[in-house]
Amino acid sequence: MVTTPARMSVPPAQASEFDLDTAWMLHPSVSVRPEPFGALLYHFGNRRLSFLKTRQLLDVLQGLAAAPDARTACLAAGVDPAQLPTLARALASLAAGETIIRRPVNSRTTAFVEEST
Amino acid sequence: MTVTVSPPASFVAKPVKLVDQFALGLDAPICLTWELTYACNLACVHCLSSSGRRDPRELTTAEAEAVIDELERMQVFYVNIGGGEPTVRPDFWHLVDYATEHHVGVKFSTNGVRIDAAVAARLASSDYVDVQISLDGATAEVNDKVRGAGSYDTALGAMQNLYQAGFTGFKISVVVTRENVDQLDEFKAIADRYQAQLRLTRLRPSGRGADVWDELHLLAPQQKQLYDWLVANGDQVLTGDSFFHLAAFGEALPGLNLCGAGRVVCLIDPVGDVYACPFAIHDTFKAGSVREPGGFQGVWRDSALFAELREPQNGGACKSCHFFDSCRGGCMAAKFFTGLPLDGPDPECVRGFGEQALAEVNGPTPKPSLDHSHKNPLRSQTGGARKPVPITLGVRPGSGPISAPPVRGCDESPLTGFAVP
Repeated sequence: MVTTPARMSVPPAQASEFDLDTAWMLHPSVSVRPEPFGALLYHFGNRRLSFLKTRQLLDVLQGLAAAPDARTACLAAGVDPAQLPTLARALASLAAGETIIRRPVNSRTTAFVEEST
Repeated sequence: MTVTVSPPASFVAKPVKLVDQFALGLDAPICLTWELTYACNLACVHCLSSSGRRDPRELTTAEAEAVIDELERMQVFYVNIGGGEPTVRPDFWHLVDYATEHHVGVKFSTNGVRIDAAVAARLASSDYVDVQISLDGATAEVNDKVRGAGSYDTALGAMQNLYQAGFTGFKISVVVTRENVDQLDEFKAIADRYQAQLRLTRLRPSGRGADVWDELHLLAPQQKQLYDWLVANGDQVLTGDSFFHLAAFGEALPGLNLCGAGRVVCLIDPVGDVYACPFAIHDTFKAGSVREPGGFQGVWRDSALFAELREPQNGGACKSCHFFDSCRGGCMAAKFFTGLPLDGPDPECVRGFGEQALAEVNGPTPKPSLDHSHKNPLRSQTGGARKPVPITLGVRPGSGPISAPPVRGCDESPLTGFAVP
């Protein structure tokens, strides 16, 4: 996991390619608050606040921990396969801010999902 | 605060600007300011809350804990604690611990008076606590004129302690004034020296700020100077979204660029009253109290004032200005306390409409509803040269109306009755 200076608010990192075929999870320090427009996410480690514009994207994030890879989580949340590239860009920007991180292999814990709902 | 908007708008079936969603209000505030006490060891000339003396009605420890419990239930991620000087509250560290144990992050603003080496070490060990040191001049001369003698040294001492304890990324918060706007690079250098982050905010004519606004608020060319500096350095500097009225100069500055009063922010004051924003401590903007049966959540969700603020705003006199979408009419509190109508231009409108409107203001401007200023000047305000009070030392006269015999012999002499053998 990449570390950022604690507490330093940093500008959104440049989103790069997102790997839909590996396992991801919400960062354990991220708290999720559903809102009428989607959700607010707050990362207590790097103090980054993120906004999700749809509930569907929230469903994707909350499904990441239990899914073998991000693609499966997207499809399980009802994402139109044609929209996957667009969604990957959204996930890439969340990954750039460490709101979601790669999940270690064989660690399919769901504790953080419970914490955030 | 960094704002990441995702997914790209094209992903949303019916693109709605997020800012428009926020304008209609959220289930809970994103960012809540909570002033814990009106007591302060300083008497800054521009204090937003006219602080100085503690209010006897301030929330008790148990009441403050109940507020934190509510914030946890509402999933308010963090609170900005201020004052007054919050660290002078005897239960301050307890409340910080209580908040973080209940998943409410804390950022607190301080003048640094209690940040010694031991406190700094303790703060550095918590991820959930952030510290913001106030500094209004990059030199003691400029700072102390506003914040009082010795306050520069106190602030820099606190920064040094945090730095030595390894607390990186704490905030240095500067209210930009006519006197310090030329020091922005120096402020940045101070922040870099202590591995801190610079935060610049706007001078508001709120609280005692109204008394000094005419002499300290930025002149028109200085506003452009600040805007240009923010455009060049904005990605490394926080602003609390306070300069959105400058957006009409050109490109928008980072942040929501929206007056969040009652929509995404609000203030809980030391006695538990809830106001639309930290810059609007006036009955006009009071939505209720956390001491009411519905608590804070009841005020946030049901207050008539907040409902009104969440109505779509039509822009009033600014409606026809083609910069309205950028600046959105500016700051409500700045308009109110300078006597301007709330649906017209900001007093610091970059197109100059505010100055025109100010020239037409007749009669007195609204005064803050509360004033907790110290009644007498502090030592820090007079450079230690407080006027001496003449007293005369003497002994009680042996006779006359106020004379009295010593009750015991030793009141007269400690050796009474002692005889050397």
